[in-house]
Amino acid sequence: MANPIIQLEDLTKSYGELKAVDGLNLTVYQGEIFGLLGPNGAGKSTTILMMLGLTEPTSGTVRVCGIDSTRQPIAVKKKVGYLPDDIGFYEDLTGLENLLYTAFLNRISGQEAYDRAMSLLKRVGLGQAAEQKAGTYSRGMRQRLGLADVLIKNPEVIILDEPTLGIDPEGVRELLDLIQQLSCDEGITVLLSSHHLHQVQQICDRVGLFVKGRLLAEGDIDQLSQQLFKEEPYAIQARVSDMTDGLIDRLKQLDGVKQVACEKDMLDIRCARDLTADISRIVVESGVDLHHLTQKQYGLDEIYHRYFEGGA
Amino acid sequence: MKNLFDRRDQRPIHPFWVMVQKEISDQIRSWRYLILLGIVVLTCIGSLYTAMMSIRDAVATDETLKSFVFLKLFTVSDPEGTLPPFITFIGFLGPLLGIGLGFDAVNSERNRGTLSRIMAQPIHRDYVINAKFTALLIVISISIFALGFLVMGMGLLAIGIPPTPEEFLRILFFLILSIFYIAFWLNLAILFSVRFRQPATSALASIAVWLFFSVFYSMIVRVIAKAMYPAQATTAGEILSYQKFIQVLFRFSPSQLFSEATTTLLTPSVRTLGPLTMEQIYGAIPSPLPLGQSLILIWPHWTGLIAATMICFAISYVWFMRQEIRSR
Repeated sequence: MANPIIQLEDLTKSYGELKAVDGLNLTVYQGEIFGLLGPNGAGKSTTILMMLGLTEPTSGTVRVCGIDSTRQPIAVKKKVGYLPDDIGFYEDLTGLENLLYTAFLNRISGQEAYDRAMSLLKRVGLGQAAEQKAGTYSRGMRQRLGLADVLIKNPEVIILDEPTLGIDPEGVRELLDLIQQLSCDEGITVLLSSHHLHQVQQICDRVGLFVKGRLLAEGDIDQLSQQLFKEEPYAIQARVSDMTDGLIDRLKQLDGVKQVACEKDMLDIRCARDLTADISRIVVESGVDLHHLTQKQYGLDEIYHRYFEGGA
Repeated sequence: MKNLFDRRDQRPIHPFWVMVQKEISDQIRSWRYLILLGIVVLTCIGSLYTAMMSIRDAVATDETLKSFVFLKLFTVSDPEGTLPPFITFIGFLGPLLGIGLGFDAVNSERNRGTLSRIMAQPIHRDYVINAKFTALLIVISISIFALGFLVMGMGLLAIGIPPTPEEFLRILFFLILSIFYIAFWLNLAILFSVRFRQPATSALASIAVWLFFSVFYSMIVRVIAKAMYPAQATTAGEILSYQKFIQVLFRFSPSQLFSEATTTLLTPSVRTLGPLTMEQIYGAIPSPLPLGQSLILIWPHWTGLIAATMICFAISYVWFMRQEIRSR
């Protein structure tokens, strides 16, 4: 894990007045799956384009596999596979031919290209559709063909820009499984951008939160929630039969409780320590029925909301 | 497509040529190319037919010159003028061929989302536009040569007089000139395809330029000529310089350059393209120009056409290199 593959230092890209990417520092290590998370227009795609040398940064450096992307884009593109967010194929060529074309552009020889294309098509579940025209493929099939297209050059790193966009839930699950397998089996470093929190949460080792061209926080989900919810690491939800002001007051007086919010019959309690037992006792003692009590894990949802509430 | 991609037993070729091959096969399999070629072939057959009908009269009328009978196949139309000759057709439809092949060269790739995928492969960025240009130029060259030789062959069968080596060379130069001329329009279309996102817009823009030069430009020049006519001209020199100025204006149009150059090539009796004074004509023997002299006469035209082509290509190259490759 200690071997850095993608290093961004002080990366800035301006379009006139607008700073699409603003002083970005980021390191992605070998073999990990890194999720670049942010709303639309946060500068994720621009960052990815700079990693591939398709766009020149206004200032700062990008190094991928130790190579400067801005100066030697060809060398970088040999090692990096890139799946654009809205991938297109030559529709009157078959899936196999589209893959072979990419292989030839990567100077892979005939027999090898053919074998690799076929095995990749089988791997992404398109073995049956190899001879079909790419124009007839469904959205999910196109994304899977895209993944095969990225892998045909045997990359060390793959960069996926919104890979799950517009695919049905089952397709998303398959695609994410596939990505995870690749990362495990072949040790490929994966960087994927998304605005879908749950998907990123499922497969990413680490996540970077990206808003308005800036990286607000990075780390795994636990680290992120610790960073964000330092004061109130525990959230407890309780459903009670009858809400009284007295109950809320008593809860607020409990040592360690930071905040109590209620909505209809749901209580949302933030506290510094694990107070689940105390809370249940208080609820029962005050003569109210307790229907439901859970300790909530902070997911990316909360993390995400936090940041946008905090005004980024 | 099988042959193109089934190269299991072959050595890898350079990515640039892979792209060129793919582009060529895309073009010649497209309906658009077949339609364009169909139009051109039909008109050529039509003009060949009229040429054969009227070639007898044409030869008889200018017996004074060493008659280049075979060249007449390309230049003669019937006296009633129902169908124009071959060179007029090429001058008129050639641009359409170039525009038709080039107008969506870059923007269709962009719209299909294939451009960003190709750009993510380890190839130089200019391969894309260079490969397109090379491939389309190859397609055009093959079509024009095939067409030219087809007309020659059919003419040979019909009139039974073989071309002299000089005639053959003249036709060869004419075909090469046609390719340059079409390449100019091709590059103009590529230029617009880089500039405009929508293929329809770039097609319209190219066709607008084509119509402007083939229809409106000569009208405008005539209006200017009328306004500037030196009514009080006293010396021949004034009239001569006026004539020259108008001719220069005309020659800004690529179609004018092409038609002057082809006429000179295929009609050896054309001795000059500018005005002649009586002194110059006096004592001149009305004989056809040798090929070398014809070529020298139209050397500026060649240069002009090639320069215009290069300028278009250079601009589209620079624009393309500066454009950001976003997906769609």
